[in-house]
Parts: sequence; C-alpha cells; structure tokens
Amino acid sequence: MIPAPHLDFLPLLPELIVAGVAVALLVGGALVGRPSQTVLLLLTLAGLIAAAAASAYLWNWDGPGRVLGEMIQADRLAVVSRMILLGVGAFGALYGHHYFARTGVARMEFYPLLLLAVSGMTLLVASADLIVVFLALEILSLALYILVALSFRMASAEASMKYFLLGAFSSAFFLYGLAMAYGAAGTTKIDGIALALSGRTGSQPLALAAVGLLLIGFGFKVSVVPFHMWTPDVYQGAPTSVTAFMAAGTKVAAFTALIRVLDVSFQPLTWDWRPAVWALAAASMVLGSLLAIAQTDLKRLLGYSSIAHAGFILTGLIATDGAGIAAVTFYLVAYSVTVLGAFGTVMLASGGIRERTSFDSFRGLAGRSPMLAGLLTLFLLSLAGIPPTVGFIAKAGVFGSAIRAGFWPLALIGVLASVVGAFFYLRVIVLMYMEEPQAELEPEGAALPGAALALAAGLTLVLGVFPQIILPVLEKAAILRW
Amino acid sequence: MIRLPLVLFFSAVLFSTGVYGVLARRNGVLVLMSIELMLNAVNVNLVAFSQYVRDIGGQVFALFVIAVAAAEVGIGLAIVILIFRNRESINVDEVSLLKW
Amino acid sequence: MAELIVFWVFAPLAVASGIAMLLQRNAVYSALFLVVNFFALAVFFLMLGAEFLFAVQIIVYAGAIMVLFLFVIMLLGVDREERLVEPIRWQRPLGIFLGVGITAEIFAAVRAGVGFAAKAPGGFALVNQGGNAQAIAKVLFTDYFLPFEITSILLIVAAVAAMVLAHRRRGAVSGPPPAGPARPQPDREAEVAG
Repeated sequence: MIPAPHLDFLPLLPELIVAGVAVALLVGGALVGRPSQTVLLLLTLAGLIAAAAASAYLWNWDGPGRVLGEMIQADRLAVVSRMILLGVGAFGALYGHHYFARTGVARMEFYPLLLLAVSGMTLLVASADLIVVFLALEILSLALYILVALSFRMASAEASMKYFLLGAFSSAFFLYGLAMAYGAAGTTKIDGIALALSGRTGSQPLALAAVGLLLIGFGFKVSVVPFHMWTPDVYQGAPTSVTAFMAAGTKVAAFTALIRVLDVSFQPLTWDWRPAVWALAAASMVLGSLLAIAQTDLKRLLGYSSIAHAGFILTGLIATDGAGIAAVTFYLVAYSVTVLGAFGTVMLASGGIRERTSFDSFRGLAGRSPMLAGLLTLFLLSLAGIPPTVGFIAKAGVFGSAIRAGFWPLALIGVLASVVGAFFYLRVIVLMYMEEPQAELEPEGAALPGAALALAAGLTLVLGVFPQIILPVLEKAAILRW
Repeated sequence: MIRLPLVLFFSAVLFSTGVYGVLARRNGVLVLMSIELMLNAVNVNLVAFSQYVRDIGGQVFALFVIAVAAAEVGIGLAIVILIFRNRESINVDEVSLLKW
Repeated sequence: MAELIVFWVFAPLAVASGIAMLLQRNAVYSALFLVVNFFALAVFFLMLGAEFLFAVQIIVYAGAIMVLFLFVIMLLGVDREERLVEPIRWQRPLGIFLGVGITAEIFAAVRAGVGFAAKAPGGFALVNQGGNAQAIAKVLFTDYFLPFEITSILLIVAAVAAMVLAHRRRGAVSGPPPAGPARPQPDREAEVAG
C-alpha cells in the first residue's frame, strides 16, 4: 500500500484552469458540432482571465516554496512570468480569431491548442524539477508544431515539419543534458542540483557536459546562433497570428526556465558557463542583425530580429544578480508587447487568404493606411530600441546589468548590433512613407485585433516613458528563494 | 557488475549515430527514426545513472521519455502525411524552401 | 562476468544496427534495423536492473512505435528509394564532425568525472527490493505524481494533433487561388488538400 502523498494544488491553479478550459472546449466543441468562433474566443479569453486572477492571488502565497512533491515553484517570478504569458495567450487568441476567419480555415481546435500551449508555457516558468521542465517544454512545443501547420497552406505545413524535426532534435540534446545533470548530482530537482554541486570541490566534468547540452537544447528553443536556422523559415511559414504568439510566448517561457536552470541549478558553475553564454549572446546579436539586412520579407526580417533579441536577453542573463533577472524579465515584457504589436500590424496589413508580407506589399503603406503604418513604425522603433519606446528602456537595462557584472565588451557588441539593427528597421519605415505603392492591396481594419493593437501600442509608449510602473514588481519577483 | 563508463560511452556512440543520421539523411521518416535513436541512447544513460546513484528516479524519468517519444512520433508522422498528400515527397531538402 | 559477455554481445549489436539503419536505401529495412536496436537496448535495461523498463521498451517501442513507423512507410509507398549520395553538401561532414565531437566530449567528461574504473556502488538491489515495478510505482504515484499527470496533457495534445492534421477536411477552400500579383512560388500558397 502506497501512502497517499500530501497534495497542495493551489499554486498550480492557473495551469489547471487553462488546461481545464482547453479540455472543456474540445469536448464541448465535439458535442455542439459547429460552435461559433466568437463564443470559443470569449470562453478562451474568460479562461485566460480567470487564470490570471488565480495567478495574481498567488503573489502573496505564504505556503511552502515548492509544492506537489517539490515539482512546482510557488514564487513571484512564476507569478510575473505567468501573467506575461497569459497576456500573450490572449493576444494570440484575438489575432487567431481574426486571421482564421479571414482566411476561411477557421477550426475550433485552434483555441484548445492555443490554451494547451499556454498551459505548457506557464508550467515551464513554474517548474522546480527538470522533469517538469522537460515535460512542459514538450507540451508547448508539440502544441506549437500543430498551430504552425494550422493554416493548411503548403508553406505552413513545411514550416511545421521543419520546426518539428529541429525541435525534436533539440529535445534530445536537452534530455541528454538532463541525464548528465542527474548523473552528476543524483537528483533532477533544480535546487537539489545546486546543493549537490556546491558541496564539491575541483572540476565537475559531468556537470559541465550537462550545462553544455542543456544550453544547446534551450538555444534551439529561444533561437540563438548557431541554433537559429529554423527561425526565419518557421516565422515566415506559420500563420501570422501564430507567429506572433510563438515569438513572444516561447521566448518568455524558455528564458524564465533558463534563468532558473543557470542561476539556481548551475549557480556553483557560474564561472564555467559564463563564457559559453557570452559567446552565444555575441554571436546572436551580431549575426541576427547582419543577416536581417539582406531580407526582403517583413516576417523573415522579424524572424532574424528575434534572433538578435535572444542575444540581447542573454546579455542580461550573464549578470546573475537580482537586478540582472529583473532586467531580463523587463526585456521579456517589452519584447512581448512589441513583437505582438509588430506581427499584429503585419497581419492586418498583409491582406486576405494569401499573405503578402514581402517588402513590396508594404511600399507606400502610409498612403493607404496611415494608421497601420504609424503603428508599425512605433513597433519597429521599439524593436530598434529608440526612445521613448519600451525597447529602449529594456535594452538599457540588460546592457547596464552586463556592464555592472564587468562584461562591458559584450555590452559594446550589443550597442553596435543595435545600431546595425536600427538601419534595417528604418529601411522598412522609409519604404512605408517615402515610396509609391506597387501592390494594390487594401489593408483592413478590424475591431478586435485593432483594440489589441491599440493596447500594445499604448503599453509600448507608457512603459517606455514610465517603466517604474512595473519595475518594482519585477524587482520583487527577481528574488529567487531556494 | 558492469562498469559505468562502458555504458556511458556506448550510449554516447549511439547518440552520435543518431545525430549523424539527423544531419545526413533527407527522408523525413528516417530523420525521425534517428531522433528516436538519440532518445533511446539517453534512456540507457538515465538507467545506468539510476543504478550508479542508487535512485529509482532515473528509471521513472526514462519512462516519461518513452511516453514523450511516443507522442512525438505520432505528431511527426501526422505532419509527414500532411505534407506527403500534397507533395508526393517527404525529403526534407525538397520540402524546405530554404535549406537548413 | 556474465554481464560483461552480455554487454560485449549487445553493445556492438546495438551500434551496428543503428549504423546499418542509416545506410539503408529502403526505409523498411531501416525500420527493421531500428527494431533490432530497440531489442538490444531492452537487454541493457534488464542488465542494469530495470526490468519494468525492459518490458515497456519492447511493448511500446518495438511494438507500438515501430508499427506506426512501418505503417506510415507503407502508406507512403514501400518502393521509394532515395539516393544516398549527394545530400545537402555540408551536412554530412558536419554530421560526422558533430558525432565524433559529442562522443569525444562525453568520453572526456566521463573519464574525468567518474573515472574509467567506476562501478555502480552496491546497494541498488535494495532500491529494487520487493520488485522493480513496485519500486517504480511507489515513487511514480507519490514523488512523481505531478509529472505523471502532466503527461496526460501531452497525450491530449498528441491526440488533437493527429485529429487536426490527418483528418480529411470536407468543404475545404479548393480550386485555384485567386490571381494576384506575381508570387515567386505560387504553389506554396496552395491549400493543402487535407
């Protein structure tokens, strides 16, 4: 007879709500037959809001730090990251509602899959054991493989296949790293590994191999050079609404998990993994910015820009103190808001069933739709890191923490890469305002995604001018207890 | 009792074989098989470490890996079929516009 | 001693079948070599004191997963052969380089980390006391309760995936796509007749 374990499900409430709504939609949708897309959207949003409320309640959680067999972390970093992810999910649902209705391939499975992907992401940021990290990573990846294929265009199916094969490949590396960590420490608990490693002296080759392999696995998920090859293709091939969701969501989830793995588990080996992270960050910033110059498609351009941004975020990660973590989470907020806005504008501006995202379709956009052109300009400026947008504050934050930790050459590389980056963002802006339109393409206005875009634009500006609205919260969240 | 390093080297060789397969083969199904090879190599590693650190957790972990691998194969093959229906080809370099 | 013999029989068998899998032109042969590999690994699990995994490996991998592979290969056409030469140019050398590199890295890490002579310390039999399956059950339903539950979400995703991707859609948007400005590759935008 096995004694029943003590189970405290409260810190898992957000995931339970999100996954529960997903299953309810699946079952309910099958029973109803052809449910209305709007009803599905509303239920999805309701589920996300309920999960956000549950998550906010957990801010003042005073129970044990880890629950459910020490598998789930009930700390404030989990709360903050969950809130970001739930917001990203809401944007994804709003965009998807518009996109799939417009392209005529609306499927009820979109909403449950989106919710399941969100539940994987939120689980990832709250996991206290590498087993949960692995399973959550798989949930979100598997759900995203399908979402990418969901528009049933050939390009989208191809993107899905490529994403799947490289994703599964990287999972194997990730797993090998977990196995090595398990062999080195005798446990897979995130804090248990740190305790086991810090008790030893001398070199720890098994643990080093573990860090290396785990970095490869995470590197693929967040797309840093040299593990970036899938990013532009998948970003371009996926339905734009899904691209927006995955670009923001995977980065937030995987980077938060990476914070836990590097700053807690392998904290005793900080001096060993720093050079590797340094090299990955520098390579991503430089190559991401340089390769973006040659692009002629806006979605591909944003794909390369996301590689460069992964490098910027890694720059903040290299300083392992609380301020560094706060800078990284702020960057994740800023990047999510901006990239959701950018892809949302691209979605609205790129027309009907067949996406037109090449630069030609954006020539003279300002003449046809000053509103969309203005919004896209704002988001591109934020991606470039030009004040008074949120992108500037975020970049200043991560570079600042890198300099404080003594890594000023890396910060210098980052600034130079930003300058190169500003060039290609400005090129798109020039294209929209200075050139004559070539394609007669009527961009459309739509109420729901329009409201989402307005919110993203508002946040980009407000957080750019008053970052202190959320900074204290992020700083409180950045204290990792273990 | 078998020496631990022997098993670890063996699984490293197996893992590397899988890595080579993923990079060298063009058939999508074979790439997926190579990935399975890599996952199996990791499982051997986990079970060997489980014996080494005297903890059953490694075996439980291997069990989860098998479950995940099954789910992954299901999705992977579904994507392969989706593409094949339209394209009559599952070679990754013909399928992808941009070579990886 | 007996274990050493088993190791030296099945380790080369597993590696050889893995390599043979990669060298086959015909995917069916590859799949069969993969089965051999899975069986050899199952023997390893037995040797390392994981009887339960031994059974799971054979049932799930050699049974279910292999059948799935073979089924899809047959569905796509058995007689499709691919050229083994001339893949994407730089990928094969890269594959060899990475493979050798990883093996060497693990080799070095293991040598420095656990030493060549390291044996598993005795006492694992104690963990397996009362049976290996019972020992796994004991932790699976207590310490590892949550991951066990999470796996169910994973399986839901997989089920939905198979449903969405492989389902033939009726009333899909079909016919030639509307004419628009010249596209570099018009057929990429075509709807997948799924």
